[in-house]
Amino acid sequence: MIVGERKTFEQIWDSIKDLKSVLVLGCGTCVAVCQAGGEKEVGLLAAELRMKSQLAGVTIKIGEATIERQCDREFFDAIKDKAKEYEAILSMACGAGVQYCAEVLEPMRSIPALDTRFIGVTEAQGNWAERCRACGNCVLADYGGICPMTICAKSLVNGPCGGSKNGKCEASQEKDCAWVLIYNRLKKQNRLVDLNKVLTVKDYSKQTHPGRYINEVYLKPRMEEKSAQ
Amino acid sequence: MPNSKLKQAFESKKFVVTAEAGPLKGTDITELELVAKLLKDKVDAVNVTDQQSSVMRLGSLAVSHLLVGWGIEPIYQVTCRDRNRIALQSDLLSAAVLGIQNVLSLTGDLPSSGDHPQAKPVYDLDSVSLLSVIQGLNEGKDMMGNPLVGKTDFFAGAVVNPGADTEAAYELQILKMEKKIAAGAKYFQTQAIYDPGLFEKFMKRAEQYKVPVLAGVIPLKSAGMAKFMNKNVAGVNVPQDMIDKISQAEDKTKTGLEMCSDLIKQLKPLCQGVHIMAIGWEKKVPQIIEAAGL
Repeated sequence: MIVGERKTFEQIWDSIKDLKSVLVLGCGTCVAVCQAGGEKEVGLLAAELRMKSQLAGVTIKIGEATIERQCDREFFDAIKDKAKEYEAILSMACGAGVQYCAEVLEPMRSIPALDTRFIGVTEAQGNWAERCRACGNCVLADYGGICPMTICAKSLVNGPCGGSKNGKCEASQEKDCAWVLIYNRLKKQNRLVDLNKVLTVKDYSKQTHPGRYINEVYLKPRMEEKSAQ
Repeated sequence: MPNSKLKQAFESKKFVVTAEAGPLKGTDITELELVAKLLKDKVDAVNVTDQQSSVMRLGSLAVSHLLVGWGIEPIYQVTCRDRNRIALQSDLLSAAVLGIQNVLSLTGDLPSSGDHPQAKPVYDLDSVSLLSVIQGLNEGKDMMGNPLVGKTDFFAGAVVNPGADTEAAYELQILKMEKKIAAGAKYFQTQAIYDPGLFEKFMKRAEQYKVPVLAGVIPLKSAGMAKFMNKNVAGVNVPQDMIDKISQAEDKTKTGLEMCSDLIKQLKPLCQGVHIMAIGWEKKVPQIIEAAGL
């Protein structure tokens, strides 16, 4: 999932305090799972904002809504009319959702309430960790299912640097050395010999931004439609 | 252009001695020139560090070039932290035309350990792929296979950490050493060694590669320094008796230098040379060399 982290209340307040009305809009998928921007968090943030506006002696109309996903156009239909009653959307989605909000509801302002952190997993309750950098060139098969691009602080694909200490990374003793993990995993799989594989040079050409992926199955009918015209 | 003097030194089978000159932050090269000229004729080559510990300073390319001008053989250190493959290849071509013949390929510390922790870490290439790029430039082509008009003739080296502490880390150091040799590393210099026994064990493994190894040494200045390195520097393990010795010494400078010379004497039969990282004591390097009987 995409893991988000709510901005501090002060940051959020600062970004909406001059508005007359704002709709706090949650996203019911990734950020709901990581407890940053789902329905529950929308309720909490809206309550906090109402309290703060009262204490600050300002009147801001604060509404609440949550849609299934802010990265799919169709889900905005449910709140399009409601959104018109507000000056801005305070989006609790990831950066993709915040941008789609601004695009679908144009010219309404869309203000982010979260910082988008990474693509990751739930390691324990309330503890999320990055696993994928969306590099567009998955090499996991060669590294025992541990991503050197993501887990190694230097994204080294040809072996570790000299900084591994007690199996931890030179960046922080809190972080595991990716290469020690890779070695131990491949050893368990009796595949240590895979480490001798030929030199790898990273290909960043797939990381040009903005990325786009078009499934050809969907592309074909459109092309036919065009040529028929 | 004649061959690298460092290469010739290895070929002559003499015990090779290298030292280090760390560029300072700023443009004043007075101290650098003083240190460099003190090391001249005392060592076979001088390593010029590349933004060591990720602290921004004068560049290793410019300083390596200055050393050439002063008649000192430089080892141009190149890390992969700050430049992508286009800049690295271009800098290597620049180094070649500036008369630099030795390159040491390193991954580079993370920016978080230096004085610009907000910098973007690059690591487009790594120490292995950089070596293969150097090999390619020597053969007259860039890493995409495009021909060069005039090729380089670098003598490339690499680093290895014989003190890696876990089975996995140790085996991976050996594996990476093999990869570096396959990618064109002609010699190695190591992380600081304090335990000749451990180093001997490593050399037994490394012997098979027939690639010269320079044992890294750092003179101890105090017990605090030793404890700091044991705690924070991967692969460095100062034995307790050495910590006790420097801690009890009346003249810590004298004892630290003596301990370093003694260590070099113990390491000498095990390897092809020594790399002295004086870390602020560069002016004392000739003293260490003399006391070690080199």
